[in-house]
Amino acid sequence: MRIGVFALQGAVEPHLHKLRNLGAEGFTVRTAEELATCAGLIVPGGESTTFLRLIGVYGLRQPLQDFAAAMPVWGICAGSILMAREVENPPQESLGIMPIRVRRNAYGRQNESFIGEVTLNLPGRAPITQESVFIRAPQIVAWDDGARILAEHDGKPVAMRHGRHLTTTFHPELSEPEHLHQYFLNICDGANSRASA
Amino acid sequence: MADNGSEKGNGLRLKTGLAEMLKGGVIMDVVNAEHAKISEDAGAVAVMALERVPSDIRRDGGVARMSDPSMIEEIMKTVSIPVMAKCRIGHFAEGQILQAMGVDYIDESEVLTPADEAHHVDKFAFKTPFVCGATDLGEALRRIGEGACLIRSKGEAGTGDIVEAVRHMRAIIGEMRKVQQMSEMELMSEAKQLGAPYELVRYVREHGALPVPLFSAGGIATPADASLMMQLGAQTVFVGSGIFKSDEPAKRAHAIVKAVAFYDKPAELLNVSKGLGSAMSGIARNEVPEEQRLAGRGW
Repeated sequence: MRIGVFALQGAVEPHLHKLRNLGAEGFTVRTAEELATCAGLIVPGGESTTFLRLIGVYGLRQPLQDFAAAMPVWGICAGSILMAREVENPPQESLGIMPIRVRRNAYGRQNESFIGEVTLNLPGRAPITQESVFIRAPQIVAWDDGARILAEHDGKPVAMRHGRHLTTTFHPELSEPEHLHQYFLNICDGANSRASA
Repeated sequence: MADNGSEKGNGLRLKTGLAEMLKGGVIMDVVNAEHAKISEDAGAVAVMALERVPSDIRRDGGVARMSDPSMIEEIMKTVSIPVMAKCRIGHFAEGQILQAMGVDYIDESEVLTPADEAHHVDKFAFKTPFVCGATDLGEALRRIGEGACLIRSKGEAGTGDIVEAVRHMRAIIGEMRKVQQMSEMELMSEAKQLGAPYELVRYVREHGALPVPLFSAGGIATPADASLMMQLGAQTVFVGSGIFKSDEPAKRAHAIVKAVAFYDKPAELLNVSKGLGSAMSGIARNEVPEEQRLAGRGW
């Protein structure tokens, strides 16, 4: 299965590495043509303002929204900011792929970045506690009823699923276990077998 | 328990984690809030706040120190992207002030006048991550051994001449390739030759890479320069005087961001290289007198 990693900027390589470990084919996506060949897309951590600037100038906004309307997308940190319907601190445009409102740099600056334990409640699995890396992380501050919380930290959601879309405010690509990457591959599997049925 | 990053192990992972997020981007030198805003709008992944860009430091001479904190704070208030700032080599008190201010990264930089002629800052003692310059593999591994979480090839700052950045990047990458080919038995002698911690030399042999990200700095003035450094193995570029000493800073800044995103696509590099006005005039590295060269600072 070909999984794209959005690669105009950001922490691309750790995701390619995880995907390889799980036997999936990861490749970088910088154009609409490359996007069209993916069974799912990971939007990695990076700087959301840089992403937005490049998405704008290369006309990728509509292709990304069209892709998300039919296919699985997983946004991490800056990726979740991009996927949100609304962004605050400061307000900025976003792709509106998930019905969530996200607050940028909600914990503070780099000195407030931290590694903390998070318990994942993935459907059909016993809860898994894993250490999670939060870097200048955003917070999901509001969401629609249809969104399912998969993990919380300090009473705030840090992993969420809505339909075929997944978002995490921490960085599973920087920790050892690959539960969330496997979970996303399962979503992609399901979506693609439905599409071909 | 939460780990705030001031210790080895997990802390290092947290600090290098931010550098991971900056990959494939451009970090721009800025001297005021207006420049910082232009950089953010152009797509910079971070800004380096300093009072004078390196070419002005070079012109003015005198002692170059950490910038006025109120100027750095104004920049931190103006932009939402990470803000870095420089302290002098070995000047841990300047580092402490920058950490207290809450900057996102501290650059222990040869661009400022060194405060210590034998020692660098003990960077493990800090929660705030440090970036350090290096001219070869031994220097890179010594800085990592002291706790640097990000290495940038030094180049020769403030010249607009790419030749030193190329020399340093080729030296670091070439020496790593050499170490990778060595037998276990040769590593201790190599560590001695390099003046580098043995364990880190072993790491390089095993992984063929530094244990922290490798960026490039010092002399990048055009989109083509940025692409050159990325193709040689840099994971992100710092652009100092190259942007705000050029004719049209906003345009050039944005062009360099695009050049890094498509560093391996000549057709796009051609597009972004057109109509940028004059680059900084610069000074050929060979015309800089030996005693005014910055890359030799650091031990």
